[in-house]
Amino acid sequence: MPIYSDTVMDHFTNPRNVGEIEDADGIGEEGNPVCGDMMTFYIKVDNNHLSDVKFKTFGCGAAIAVSSIVSEMAMGKTIEEARKITPALVAKELEGLPKNKFHCSNLGAQALNKAIDDYLKKQGK
Amino acid sequence: MKRVYLDNVATTSILPEVLEEMLPYLKDAYGNPQSLHEWGDAAREALDDARSKVAALIGAQPEEIIFTGSGTEANNLAIKGLAQARESQGKHIVISAIEHYSVLHTAKTLEKWGFEVTHLPVDKYGLVDPKEAAKSIRDDTVLVSIMHANSEVGTIQPITEIANVVKRNGAVFHTDAVATAGTIPVDVNELGVDALSFAPNQFYGPKGVGALWLKKGVRVIPFLDGGVQEGGRRAGTENVPAIVGMGKAAELATEEMESRMVHLSAIRDKLIGELPSRIEHAILTGHPTQRLPGNASFCIEFIEGESMLMLLSQQGIAVSSGSACTSRALKASHVLTAMGLPPEIAQGSLLFSLGLENTEDDIDYVLAELPPIVDRLRQMSPLYSKFLKGQQGGS
Repeated sequence: MPIYSDTVMDHFTNPRNVGEIEDADGIGEEGNPVCGDMMTFYIKVDNNHLSDVKFKTFGCGAAIAVSSIVSEMAMGKTIEEARKITPALVAKELEGLPKNKFHCSNLGAQALNKAIDDYLKKQGK
Repeated sequence: MKRVYLDNVATTSILPEVLEEMLPYLKDAYGNPQSLHEWGDAAREALDDARSKVAALIGAQPEEIIFTGSGTEANNLAIKGLAQARESQGKHIVISAIEHYSVLHTAKTLEKWGFEVTHLPVDKYGLVDPKEAAKSIRDDTVLVSIMHANSEVGTIQPITEIANVVKRNGAVFHTDAVATAGTIPVDVNELGVDALSFAPNQFYGPKGVGALWLKKGVRVIPFLDGGVQEGGRRAGTENVPAIVGMGKAAELATEEMESRMVHLSAIRDKLIGELPSRIEHAILTGHPTQRLPGNASFCIEFIEGESMLMLLSQQGIAVSSGSACTSRALKASHVLTAMGLPPEIAQGSLLFSLGLENTEDDIDYVLAELPPIVDRLRQMSPLYSKFLKGQQGGS
């Protein structure tokens, strides 16, 4: 039996929103290559909404799928709504992650949060 | 879709001749070799025949072969059994830092039993320095175990030189030859070792069987208590079909070794030669020449092994990786880190282990399919964009 769900495989094979945003309003980085996974999220904010979300990820299949689905979940949301995306929610949307991948690969929500923090800091909030 | 199996390090296939030889012992010839009747006689004869063939593969005597359930069990029996049998003489053992887990973790168990373990370092090619080995040996050293070759990076150790050093100091010397026996010439007398582990699922035989060769007169304490099988050193009813398969696989390996090596090194050299010209920042790991004929191992920079492995798998190509994410333990390969590769580079580990069935065509297929996969993952990688920005900044 494959170790990943169909949804993970779909997001891994066809990741959504890969890339960087040149004039991003916020950038968040989480993880490091030593432990295996590293994600960078870029956001554009318009009128308190995430009008664009992009990511770059170094890591395993799960890490790439997590980044992709987080970008999709966050797109168009208000900052408050995006804050509510948790690793548990991400895993649920992906129809589950292998147990040993849950913590190390599931850094998307944290990276997104850091991008929001960065945006708010730049706004002086 | 084309299917290309390049994970012979996990296991090879079973040759049809091997399977044929095994089948009768799974059907009508089901006797127990310990029984004193016709059924037992037939099984015993098969066992003796296999033992001779297996011994011949490594230049040993049949009675020196102990059949086990796997290469892992052979390593366990050697490390635990040889150390325990010499406990009264000393409680220090020496292994290398790049041993298989069945040696590394067994040595950890010995630590719990009060032994002290020295881990010999390796150089950037994965080689143990015989001088370092000599320095590590103390008055209370009872056992040294250094693998013959490492299947993850392909490096073959100078076992004869290390054995000379060990012998001068009176310790017993074991080598894990799972990666080499049946693949390259292995002669226990030339190597000068006292014990040697091997397993046929690395040379086109079945799983569920392995063997420990123990030089005549070398004492070992068995860890399975039971009957008199294998001279009382490995109790339990013999796995006759698997042992018969190991015998046949050993016989074929002895006969065909040279032609197999020629074939494997030709396609290996094609892969090693052409891959770096198609993919920038691909590092060959292991020794450039002292390496297993079927081993082509690389680290592909800026990306991670499991994601490469998965995308290759979607193209029908089966490989393995020593990256943290690929391992259940989520640790980068201890072999690559012992060779001094930084963890982020070790994460890009990609191991092609070639087998008899592979052709030049298979290699061409890999050389065509891998570069776009690497590109795709690099486009996604924050490490790669940092690298590119650094380059621009530098120029």
